[in-house]
Amino acid sequence: MTALILRRLVLSIPVLFIVITLTFLLVRSAPGSPFASEKKIPKEIREQLEKEYDLNGPLWHQYAQYMWKVGHGDLSISTQYRNRTVNEIIAQTLPVSVTLGSMAYFLALLFGITCGGWAAIRHNEWGDRSLMLIALLGISIPTFVSAPVMVMIFAIKLHLLPVAGWGSPDQIILPAICLSIPFAATIARLTRGSLLEVLKLDFIRTARAKGLSEDAVLFRHALKVAILPVIGYCGPAAAGILTGSIVIETLFGIPGIGPFFVNSALDLDPFVTSGVVLVFSSFLILFNLLADILYFVVDRRVKLE
Amino acid sequence: MKTLDLFFRVVKQDLFLLVCGVFLIVVVSLAFVGIYFTGYTYDQITDASLLPPSYAHWFGTDVNGHDLLTRTLYGAQISLFVAAMGTIVSLTVGVTYGMISGYAGGRVDNLMMRVVEIIYSLPTLVLVIVLVTTLDGPVASLLKSTGLTLFPPRLVLIVLFLGLTEWLTMARIIRGQVLVLKEQAFVQASSALGQSHPRILWQHLLPNLSGLIVIYLTLTIPAIMLDESFMSFLGVGVPAPLASWGTLVSDAASLINPIKLYWWMLIFPGGLMTLTLLALNFLGDGLRDALDPRVRK
Repeated sequence: MTALILRRLVLSIPVLFIVITLTFLLVRSAPGSPFASEKKIPKEIREQLEKEYDLNGPLWHQYAQYMWKVGHGDLSISTQYRNRTVNEIIAQTLPVSVTLGSMAYFLALLFGITCGGWAAIRHNEWGDRSLMLIALLGISIPTFVSAPVMVMIFAIKLHLLPVAGWGSPDQIILPAICLSIPFAATIARLTRGSLLEVLKLDFIRTARAKGLSEDAVLFRHALKVAILPVIGYCGPAAAGILTGSIVIETLFGIPGIGPFFVNSALDLDPFVTSGVVLVFSSFLILFNLLADILYFVVDRRVKLE
Repeated sequence: MKTLDLFFRVVKQDLFLLVCGVFLIVVVSLAFVGIYFTGYTYDQITDASLLPPSYAHWFGTDVNGHDLLTRTLYGAQISLFVAAMGTIVSLTVGVTYGMISGYAGGRVDNLMMRVVEIIYSLPTLVLVIVLVTTLDGPVASLLKSTGLTLFPPRLVLIVLFLGLTEWLTMARIIRGQVLVLKEQAFVQASSALGQSHPRILWQHLLPNLSGLIVIYLTLTIPAIMLDESFMSFLGVGVPAPLASWGTLVSDAASLINPIKLYWWMLIFPGGLMTLTLLALNFLGDGLRDALDPRVRK
């Protein structure tokens, strides 16, 4: 298995290489300059700035200089937020995004699996049906609709939680819940569907025939198998939470990596854009690999390819 | 059309799916026809700014005094248009890719599916944002030189790239089904009779895949609609003066303040969008339960 993990990791290097090359070249060949976004600046100053940032000369030369730095772990300096290195920006904003994202991830798993299991043992009763209706609503409602609605209700009308901001523990509750809704709903549907299938299998009948309590059958036998599709969904869920957090961070004014990324893409900041794309991609590739390993550990029938 | 017959039979059997179908037809006709009967145009600016819903303005008005009902229906036009066009792109790519991969089998199949896996593990929407913001200018000049000025360049880019990100599931499902189908006698018979591979794919395999295609089509439309509005919300989607549901919700969200709530600006476009997505998801789910051979019990 170690060899296979190593092979996947090695394979991810060319993928990351392609992604960062594509991003840098795209941003640099787009018309407009990263320095000319707000006000007109004299040509001499712009040329001086470009020289300072190693953005002068032919494109291949700029690219080579950038890749040389990246290879040494230096993601260069932001052209949009002058005097701040991309490494600094990422080091400051990434922990915020990771905190928000992992909180949402945890909530999604907790509520998803609980509700899905609850619905499955009440198959076709009204509890099951209404919960599944709510779940489909949760999948359909975009986070940028549910989040302002929840802000209006819980923050502005009821004064229960702060409207926006970051720093105190009560400021994470609303954004994390909003971010987790679609994923909790998907996990609930997956858990319910797969638990219903598993409960029909022979080994469950055997477990019941042995005289095990219904709780023991459910928690010790059925759930262990029924959880597999949820583990399979771990990778896509991480990707969804990552992109979803861009919207949530913008809406709640959270100083995460998302708003930085959108602004830098619009302002054609080549270094922040490429750096964030690199961080996002490596994170997801790593996360998918971990999810596959977890799947393999839980289900021994699967071969890790 | 056997597939369409099947489609209507399933929808007729289930009252709830019928309601969803009718609702979607109503939304589409309101967006493309009803909009001309609201008494306002989508870009008509008046002094009646930020009015709550009333008889004159059923959905209220926004900051610029636009009639929000007209704006919401106009947003529906754009959102539905982008979703439909993006789905066509995704359908073409996904079905072709999946069919070739499954039919070729062996090493080609292995490689093609490896590529799908790699794309799966990338933040595709983030890459689409980069592609759309950077290719905006070049595509604009390209469109201008060819005289195609009907659509703004960014709209074309969004349709194209969202279509190119949402084809992965379709390709996987189609490939799986082709792997099963190609072992069946009628395919082997036509192969033995000397029919060419493209003809077999087109004449024998494609009709047998139409049921699956319809199911995943219904599920791709809401996915692309959600992606588009997500991008429009962030300001990297459809450009002004065009407005999609995402843009309208973004306008509403920017006005949230503790003193006065302009709830109608959020609830109407956001609500209509949610209901449309819900109806599409219900329809896709219902069809999958009824038609997909692998889900059928």
